[in-house]
Amino acid sequence: MEKFSTLISTTVPLNISNVDTDQIIPARFLKATNKKGFGDNLFRDWRYDKQDHLISDFALNNQKYTGNILVAGDNFGCGSSREHAAWALVGFGFKAIISSFFADIFKGNALNNGLLPVQVSEEILEQLFAAINNNAKVQFEINLEAQTLSVLGTNIKTTFEIDSYKKTCLINGYDDIDYLLSKKDKIEAFELQKTHSL
Amino acid sequence: MKKTLFDKVWDAHVVDTIENGPQVLYIDKQLIHEVTSPQAFSELENREIPIFRPNQIVATADHNTPTQNQHLPVKDDLSRHQLEQLARNCKKNNITLYELGHKYNGIVHVMAPELGITQPGMTMVCGDSHTSTHGAFGTIAFGIGTSQVAQVFASQCLLLSKPKSLRVTINGTLKKGVLPKDVILYIISKLGTNSGTGYFCEYAGDVFENMSMEGRMTVCNMSIEMGARGGMIAPDETTFEYIKGREFAPKGKDFENKVAYWKTLPTDEGATFDKEYMFDAEDIEPMITYGTNPGMGIKISENIPNSENESDKKSLAYMNFTEGESLVGKAINYVFIGSCTNSRIEDFRVAANFIKGKQKAKNVTAWLVPGSRQVEAQIIEEGLKTIFEDAGFELRQPGCSACLAMNDDKIPQGEYCVSTSNRNFEGRQGQGSRTILASPLVAAATAVEGTIIDISKQLA
Repeated sequence: MEKFSTLISTTVPLNISNVDTDQIIPARFLKATNKKGFGDNLFRDWRYDKQDHLISDFALNNQKYTGNILVAGDNFGCGSSREHAAWALVGFGFKAIISSFFADIFKGNALNNGLLPVQVSEEILEQLFAAINNNAKVQFEINLEAQTLSVLGTNIKTTFEIDSYKKTCLINGYDDIDYLLSKKDKIEAFELQKTHSL
Repeated sequence: MKKTLFDKVWDAHVVDTIENGPQVLYIDKQLIHEVTSPQAFSELENREIPIFRPNQIVATADHNTPTQNQHLPVKDDLSRHQLEQLARNCKKNNITLYELGHKYNGIVHVMAPELGITQPGMTMVCGDSHTSTHGAFGTIAFGIGTSQVAQVFASQCLLLSKPKSLRVTINGTLKKGVLPKDVILYIISKLGTNSGTGYFCEYAGDVFENMSMEGRMTVCNMSIEMGARGGMIAPDETTFEYIKGREFAPKGKDFENKVAYWKTLPTDEGATFDKEYMFDAEDIEPMITYGTNPGMGIKISENIPNSENESDKKSLAYMNFTEGESLVGKAINYVFIGSCTNSRIEDFRVAANFIKGKQKAKNVTAWLVPGSRQVEAQIIEEGLKTIFEDAGFELRQPGCSACLAMNDDKIPQGEYCVSTSNRNFEGRQGQGSRTILASPLVAAATAVEGTIIDISKQLA
């Protein structure tokens, strides 16, 4: 997994709530057996019309908006557990997603792929959309070490929560498999003393 | 300390706790299927890590499979390749696979309970968000991503922070024609699609105590649609009776010992939850959805509510519905009875009972897709297939089918489908398709009438 350090970037605003993972990557693209190429089909049915032409006013196609931070509406990533959604966002080039609320499974999948979910209050989220609306080229700075998000050139600055274990993993590029394998002895001991459940 | 059902099962599976971090949770069973497992197998292979406990993994082919001519090679190249990959991975790693055509093949969340693999007090995972289904047995069961599938392959454990607890209590008696699907659609319509995020939900009260295991599975299945990672119902005599004698259920003395343990699992009197909701059974009526998330549900007798929310407006525009209108009388050309929510024998009994002696409306294309080979066999054995065929319906072969339309069972652009599945997201049943979620009874009635009807009036 790629290490995550401080990120400074312009943003892509997607002010829609309850964006489900079926929209992020439709099921018909889940037939692959590797993790490659999902970025091409990110938000496929919102990015392209029926004739496969780009829909120019959709945020990801709008040339005004660039960068590797997606700013999204409430309850982002709900629905299906498909990790393909995280692969598609990473494949497209996103490194962080800001929202006022993330669905559970999606959040875990994002973290497991070095994609940082930054949860902010609804008030802050509104300010962020307003700042982007005001200036599409405004830059955001996400400092994972300090757990801060700032909008450069404005007084918008906020902190965000992240599990300290996951933070260490992201900063160092570790994944959970490494950690779990280091606990093999404890896991085997647990299995030996377990008297029920199986 | 007083403990909830969830606490008891969770605490019994904690291997270790990281200071200020997650816990190492032991997973008893992992279920896998063709779509979310291949990258996990590759991950381990690339890192030269063996599968730790292959005998605690069970695989099935369901998401990407055709529902006709299953004896023939799968036509779609990518789908066939994915299915072959699953077979190769399972063979190589000594994992039991119920592949297409096997007598135990079926949707992962139908197959495991009916084989007695799902048991109270267990922890179970699958790379599928509807793994919450198995919570109907008093099991901690939840969907995971592919990275986590790989973690369980490697260590039979996951790193997780303990979720908060939520309880939904419904007491009273359900009205005629109100099915478990209506109960969960009602709950989600009241609580919204993210009220459960970060929580595990226990369903309690008369309504769930009096429900069959099939009904409890329907309810727990859709817990994820309100954001809850999982749903649970306390195991009781109904649960034990269901498990007894099934293929992988404990037998004889072992079964008795297990039952004695399972009886200790229900939530202690006085245990507290982080959040509680109460509803009355009498307030619930047959439900239907009108939007593009499962929280956008109304009683069939109600009109679409007004909303100032932009996302709701976008949703209504997609569905081509307007605020204030009723869905009763809407012409419907597609009906789907199936999916891990409603493809068990009881669902087909309900449908057959309504359909018997009637005819499918001419405008309707209806797909009846059993959840498993065993359900299919039972449909035939009970004579339901004859009822369906006499009424002009076609019984397909098992699989996830039109719930997510990965195979050929796609609803065409712009068409409405009254569906017993769990998600009405944009394009879920095919590009441009419009899904209306409902119970098997409402779906059957729609197929017969060709329009949405107020079923409660017809039953009254």
